[in-house]
This record gives sequence, structure tokens and C-alpha cells, in this order.
Amino acid sequence: MIKDLVRLKSKGQNTAKEIVSFNNKKFRFSDWFAEKVIKAVAFLSIAIVILIFIFVFREAFPIFKMDKKEAVSTELLVQESYGGAETGSASVKTTDNQVDNSNKIQATDEKPSSTLLSKTWMPVSDNPRYGMWPLFLGTLKVTLIALLFAAPVSILAAIYTSMFAKPRIREIIKPVIELLAGFPSVVIGFFALMVMATVFQNIFGYASRLNGFVGGIAMGLAAIPIIYTLTEDALTAVPRTFTEASLGLGASRRQTAFYVVLPAAVPGIFAAVVLGIGRIFGETMIALMATGNAAMISMNPFDSVRTLSATIGAEMAEVVFGDTHYNVLFLIGSLLFIFTFALNALAEFYFKNMIIRRYQSKK
Amino acid sequence: MNDFKVKVKDLSLRYGTNSALKNISMDIPEKKVTAFIGPSGCGKSTFLRTLNRMNDLIDNVTIDGEVYIDNINIYDKNIDVVNLRKKVGMIFQKSNPFAKSVYDNIAFGPRINGISQKSRLDEIVEFSLKQAAIWDEVKDRLFNSALSLSGGQQQRICIARTLAVNPEIILMDEPASALDPISTGKIEELIHELKKQYTIIIVTHNMQQAARTSDFTAFFYMGDLVEMNRTEVIFSNPGKKQTEDYISGRFG
Amino acid sequence: MNRNVKDTIVEGITGVSVLLIIFIIVSILAVTIVGGWPNLNWTFLSEFPKDGMTKGGIFPAIVGTAMMTIIMAVAAVPFGVITAIYLAEYASEKSVIAKTIRFAVKTLAVVPSIIFGLFGLGFFIGFIGKNMDGLLNGGELKWGQPNILWASFTMALLTLPVVIVSVEEAIRTIPREMREASLALGATKWQTIRRVVLPGSVSGILTGTILAVSRGAGEVAPILFTGAAYFLSDLPRSLSDQFMSLGYHIYIMSTQSSNVDATLPIQFATTLVLLLLTFSLNAVAVTLRYRIRKRAK
Ligand SMILES: Nc1ncnc2c1ncn2[C@@H]1O[C@H](COP(=O)(O)OP(=O)(O)OP(=O)(O)O)[C@@H](O)[C@H]1O
Ligand SMILES: [Mg+2]
Repeated sequence: MIKDLVRLKSKGQNTAKEIVSFNNKKFRFSDWFAEKVIKAVAFLSIAIVILIFIFVFREAFPIFKMDKKEAVSTELLVQESYGGAETGSASVKTTDNQVDNSNKIQATDEKPSSTLLSKTWMPVSDNPRYGMWPLFLGTLKVTLIALLFAAPVSILAAIYTSMFAKPRIREIIKPVIELLAGFPSVVIGFFALMVMATVFQNIFGYASRLNGFVGGIAMGLAAIPIIYTLTEDALTAVPRTFTEASLGLGASRRQTAFYVVLPAAVPGIFAAVVLGIGRIFGETMIALMATGNAAMISMNPFDSVRTLSATIGAEMAEVVFGDTHYNVLFLIGSLLFIFTFALNALAEFYFKNMIIRRYQSKK
Repeated sequence: MNDFKVKVKDLSLRYGTNSALKNISMDIPEKKVTAFIGPSGCGKSTFLRTLNRMNDLIDNVTIDGEVYIDNINIYDKNIDVVNLRKKVGMIFQKSNPFAKSVYDNIAFGPRINGISQKSRLDEIVEFSLKQAAIWDEVKDRLFNSALSLSGGQQQRICIARTLAVNPEIILMDEPASALDPISTGKIEELIHELKKQYTIIIVTHNMQQAARTSDFTAFFYMGDLVEMNRTEVIFSNPGKKQTEDYISGRFG
Repeated sequence: MNRNVKDTIVEGITGVSVLLIIFIIVSILAVTIVGGWPNLNWTFLSEFPKDGMTKGGIFPAIVGTAMMTIIMAVAAVPFGVITAIYLAEYASEKSVIAKTIRFAVKTLAVVPSIIFGLFGLGFFIGFIGKNMDGLLNGGELKWGQPNILWASFTMALLTLPVVIVSVEEAIRTIPREMREASLALGATKWQTIRRVVLPGSVSGILTGTILAVSRGAGEVAPILFTGAAYFLSDLPRSLSDQFMSLGYHIYIMSTQSSNVDATLPIQFATTLVLLLLTFSLNAVAVTLRYRIRKRAK
């Protein structure tokens, strides 16, 4: 063994013992290069966000410069659209409705930008009008319905999960509810279209099968996993000492949940709701499939509505590259983008700071 | 004076505003074992980690003073930290083999140094494992995961892994604190063998271990170096009251 | 009211909310399975649509979805992994750049998917594609129109945050001791990343990829006008061809086909296929992620 070692030692030494000197910094190309590449690629995320800004806005911008509306042949558009696109029941209704409205308004030589705030959305006609008012209203209505459904349900469910459920039950509930996040929205839309629309119509007995209510509830389904997960996180993030102190003073779990944990988690829950709103607001496929898509001004939740994002989804494929309608759709996109960007920034900076301050002050 | 391998001059270190080392100066002789002792939190690990610039990895650390290794200040601007660490190896308190085979663990160092020839790697692996006195135990399991070995074996794998890079100084931070007495004995024997070739610095909480293994002992207290001397002297006739209290166990 | 009664009522209400959500999930699954199962067979999976889409299968939609998600993953995964490496290994938490990148990633995660569609149309098709045509094809239209490449790229942007988040999480579970061991052996930072950090993050990279594919397979809005087609008699043969996709197929068949009732079995079965696909992918990813998290503890 010793001999062995000696033999090996001499070998080992003359093979591996190069003099390493450390008194001069060595330039290592692979390290230098890797770092440069990694940093450059990481910047890409920022670049993409900026590019989205630029390109969505750029395509929207011409709307404000055009002096005269462009005469776009309607027939051409219809030809370009998909075979069955204009024959769906919802679309037919939309068109009727718009024709009605357009008869009352007689304007022919306006700038397209001046019709933006009008009350008629009728982009495909001899006298196109791009009034976004009904779209705003529709989006607002649907978002409100979705939120009124999704927020309470998910917050209550999160309270149950984090406060009342036994650990083993919680381990089941959480992943099951998070499953919902894995449902593609087209699947939820399909379910709303096939099942919910009929069920609700039987219950409430309203006229149009697809409407703001069905769409709103379905879009709420898409927002539930977001609000639920983030609320649950916010509730569990409340320091355990709070809970223990309260329970130790003889408060029940319910009292602890509502008077101690919930108030402490309010900023987190707000952030959850805000992100939920963002999700509902931008949801396209469910809106396309379940809301009926008629752009009308109505306060009735059971009327058909057309949301901003659904408008883009429905019309962009049929539009002529670069014409006014195209620009207006991009304008809608810009508004959607600004709005969700602002919501995200709000949740990220405002509420996060509030959360941090809250826990620090109570420490 | 020049046979000191490591010379530390007025070294201070702060974590943020928290002063962890205060004006430490000491000389560490070559091919001897030097032990650092002192109560928990007094800065032994921190000091050890300044010797291969491991503290560079932590944010917010400020270091003043000089550390000379082979008469080169390792805190100079021009120092190549990567090569410094090849020369100054480190064994950690918790054994930390990679989740790779025994062989790949030992070959890690040679490979990053650009050795890829199989026969040379085989040679280095065998040599290092023999040096770390663990060859007989693992020679039939070279290609099993290192994580399947016992804690004591894992720690000796880590030592072998360090030896494979051919360091001159080996820093050990409580290398046996998580091990049973038999494994601890093996590590101590190993330290005794290795000091023929390497300068060894070891942090330990175990007084007997310091007494058994080291030639020199340094006692730290609250970021200060209280005293350093030959181990016999520290343990039989310490110069400071604090040291005496500590080694006789009258102390927290 | 008695305190105990109140406690029971409140706990009951919160519990009912949980049950309601679970009920909805089960309903969606049940309806899809009951409606789709009878029509789900090998012919359905392996045939082209026939008779004006009222008969036949969804083979091209399956292939199209697979191709699109593969191209998407090839584009998104390397960028996502590298960004995650930057965030976990290079960026210091306090640096403005790192914070900005993080914010950008979060923004990408919440931007509505239809906006990605618009961006794909404006950037990939209208800008890159048109310019490619100008330079390469003498202005003849080839890249300046919707195709599978632009759709996949658009989808890649949407799924980038999914990859980044998963990979970063996995990288952060690698114990500091492993990095220290490597650095103490004289490995450089990049050597440590390549030989210790990345091999230790393989399952995280896999999780991120699977989640991204699952997400990409289900999203429809981004490909509405960047490459998806209603019906094609042939599979895509080049990157400049359009493609059929499962999600788009469901959407079109259920809202715009001229004979909705006749195609009902096809719609349900297609939905079932899409749901099975995304679910099984998610199940694998969740299992992997669970293992990673357990390792972290
Ligand atoms: N990464 C760090 N950040 C901030 N403070 C630290 C850090 N590491 C150590 N400290 C502080 O520096 C002081 C010295 O710590 P160090 O780990 O060097 O002590 P030690 O003597 O090795 O203790 P032990 O015997 O318990 O290992 C302690 O007060 C510790 O809290
Ligand atoms: Mg220590």
C-alpha cells in the first residue's frame, strides 16, 4: 500500500502539478462570453415588452392622422372572410342591430377618429363607424359579472383552504382547484356555449342564449384559479405568530380568520383581484364563444355583449392590412395593453409595498 | 519569517454594518496543522473563508487588511481568484459531494482544469482516493452515486476531491462535527498524514480534536484573535485568562 | 347569535365555495368525457376531416398543434433557461436591471393573449415577414403572411414566462453548498453553472418545457391571425405554411361552422383530445415540480 502510494504519488505529481499562479488575473474567454450572452438574452424580455408597445401602438397610430375615411369595399371583406363566418346566429343579430343604429346617424365625411367615441360599432359598411362605446360598456359589464362571481367564490374558498381545512384535505383541494388553471380557455368557452348557456336559459328564461351573463360567469371561471391561488398565498403569508396569538387569546378559528388574518392579508387579496381583473379583461376566446358578440348599449346583463378583446379576435382575421378598421383594432389592442400593464404595475408596486410595510410595522 | 505560508495583516471584515472580524494578524506555518477554536459565532468560519476568498460570494461584505499567501496579497486587485482557490482548497462542515458518481466527483477538479484523457483521470482518481484513505472502501463502487455513501465516507470523498486539484493549503471547517467517533478518528488520522504535504487549517469545536491533531492553535473571541501559540502551550499554559476559561470549559 | 353557530355557518359558506369550484371542474370534465368519448377512436385521431368537416377526424389538427408547440418550445426554452440563469446566478437582487427584467417577465405573463396575436401580426408578419419578402423574394408574398413559424414564435413569447419561472425556481433549490463546493475546487462561475447548476436543474427545465407546451397547445387567441387555418387538405410542409390546431378547430367548429349540430360529436371529441393532452402534460409537470419542491426542503 505504501509502495503503491509512492509510485502513484510520483505519477500523480508529475501529471497534475502544474504551477498555478494567482497573482495575475487570467482572461477566460468562455466565462466572459457566457456572461455576455446571458446578459444579452436576459435583456430580451425587456426588449419584447418594449417591442410589443411599439408595434401595437404603431399600427394604431395612423387613426389619428387620417383625414378622410377610406372607402373600403365591403364585398371584398365578405369574400375574404371564412366560409361560415357571417352566418352564425350571433353575427346576424349584430348586423341587424347595427343597421338599426346607423339609420339614425347620418354622417359621411367624418374623420375615422371622430367616430371613435360614438355609440355605434359598425366597422364593415359603406359608412363605417368605429364607436367603441358599446365595446367599453360590454367589457365593463362582463368584467363586473365575472368579478362578482369569481372574487367572492375564490376568496372564500381560499379562506377555507388556509384557515379551516385539515392539512390532508388542503393537500387535495389546492391542486384540484389549480387544475382549473390548466383548462384552455377555449375549453371553458366550449363548455359555456354548450352547457352553461342552456342551463342558465332554463333557469332565468331570458331571450338570447349567449349573453353577458353566461360570458361573465364563464370568464369568471378563468379568473378563479388566479384569485384563489394568490389569495391563498397572501393568507398563508400572514405570520403564524398573529394567528397563534389570537387563538391563544381564546378566539375561534372564524374570529381569527376574519379579524386577524384577513385584515393583514388585504393588500395581497387586492393584488389577487386586480390580476384577476386583468385576466378577465383580456380574455378573448371565452368572450368570443359565450357572450353573443352583439355590440349594443344596454344595461341588461342578459343581453348579448361584445367585448374589446373579442372584437379584435373576431374581426382582425377579416380586415384589410393597414386600413382604418385594422388601425382601430390595434387601437383597441393598445388600450387593452395599457390597461393590463397598469393593473400589473399596480399589483406589483403599490400592493407589494403595502404588504411589506404592513408586516414590517408589526414586527 | 519566510517559511510562513499564510500571513494575515490587520484583517477586518464586516457583514453590512456588523463587524465579524477585528484587526486580525497572524502567521500560519507551512506543512503544519493550525487549529482555530472559539465559541460559536466568534468568526472562525468567517476568517477561514477569507483565506480563499469564499466571502466574495456573499453580498454586502467589506474586507480591509491583507492576507499574504506565498507572499502575494490575495486581496490585490489583480488576483485571479479562480486559481487562488485551486491552491487553497476547502472542506466544509456539511459534506457536500455532487450528486454524481464517486468517480465524477473526484474527476471534477481535473476536468475543469482541462484534463480529459481517461487514463490520466483514472490515475488521479485512484491517487486522490488513496491519499484520502478511502480507496479500499469505494474502489468497487466508483460509479455509484457519492450520495449513497455514509456521512464519514462522503466527507473523505470531499477531501479526496480537493486533493485531486493539488492544492497547497487545505481549509477545513469543522470537518468532523457531523460524524460519529469512528469516522472522526479516520479523518483525524488522515489530517495527520496529509500535513506531510499540505498546510492544513482546521476549525473545530472539539478541544481534544484540536489538541490531538494540531501543531498550532488560535483562539478567537467575538471577532478578535485572542492568542495563538503552539498547541501544547495553549492547552497547558495559555497566556490569557479568556483562553484558559474556554479550554477548561468554564465558558459558554 | 351563538358564537359556535356563527363559526359553523362561516365555515360552511367557505366550504361550499370550495365545493362549488370543484363541482364546476368536475362538470366540465364529465361533460367533455361523456360527450367526446363515444366518438374518440383511432380513425378520428388518424383521419383528415371529410364532407365539409362534418365527418372524419382531426389528424391535421393534432399534427399542427404538435408541430407548432415543438417549434415554440425550441424558440422559448433556450431563451427562458438563459434568462432564468441570469436572474438566479448573475443578477443581484437589488440591481435595477434585474428588477426591470423581472417586471418585464411578469408583464409578459399578464398581457392578454390576444395582444400577442396583434404583436405577431404587426411585428412578425407585417414587419419581419414583409421585409424578408422584400429582401429575399423580390417582394413576392411568402413570409409576410400568417404561417406556422410566426404563430409558433408568437406563442413562444407568451410561454416564455412559464419557462423562466419554472427554471428559476429549480435553480434556486440547488443548495448553496454545491456551488461553494465547485467554486472552492477552482471552478469558474460558468463552469459551476454548466457542470453543477444546470445538471441539477434538468427536471426544472423539463417542467418548464412541459408547462409551456401544455399552455401553448391550449391557447387560441395568439394564433387566430398569425397562422392557424380553418381547413387544410395537407399537413404543413414548410415553415411558411399555415397549420390546423386543436383549439382553433374547437372554436371554429362550435361557433362558425354552417352546421353546428352535425359536427357536435366532432366538437366534443376534439375538446376531449385537447383536454386530455393538456391535462396529461400538466400532470407530469406537477409531479416533477412536486419532486423539486420536496428536494428544496
Ligand atoms: N452571511 C452572513 N451574513 C451576515 N452575517 C454573518 C454571515 N455569516 C456569519 N455572519 C455573522 O458573523 C459572525 C461570525 O460568524 P461565523 O460563522 O464566522 O462564526 P463561527 O465562529 O464559525 O461560529 P460557529 O462555531 O457556530 O460555526 C456571527 O455573528 C454571524 O452571525
Ligand atoms: Mg462556523
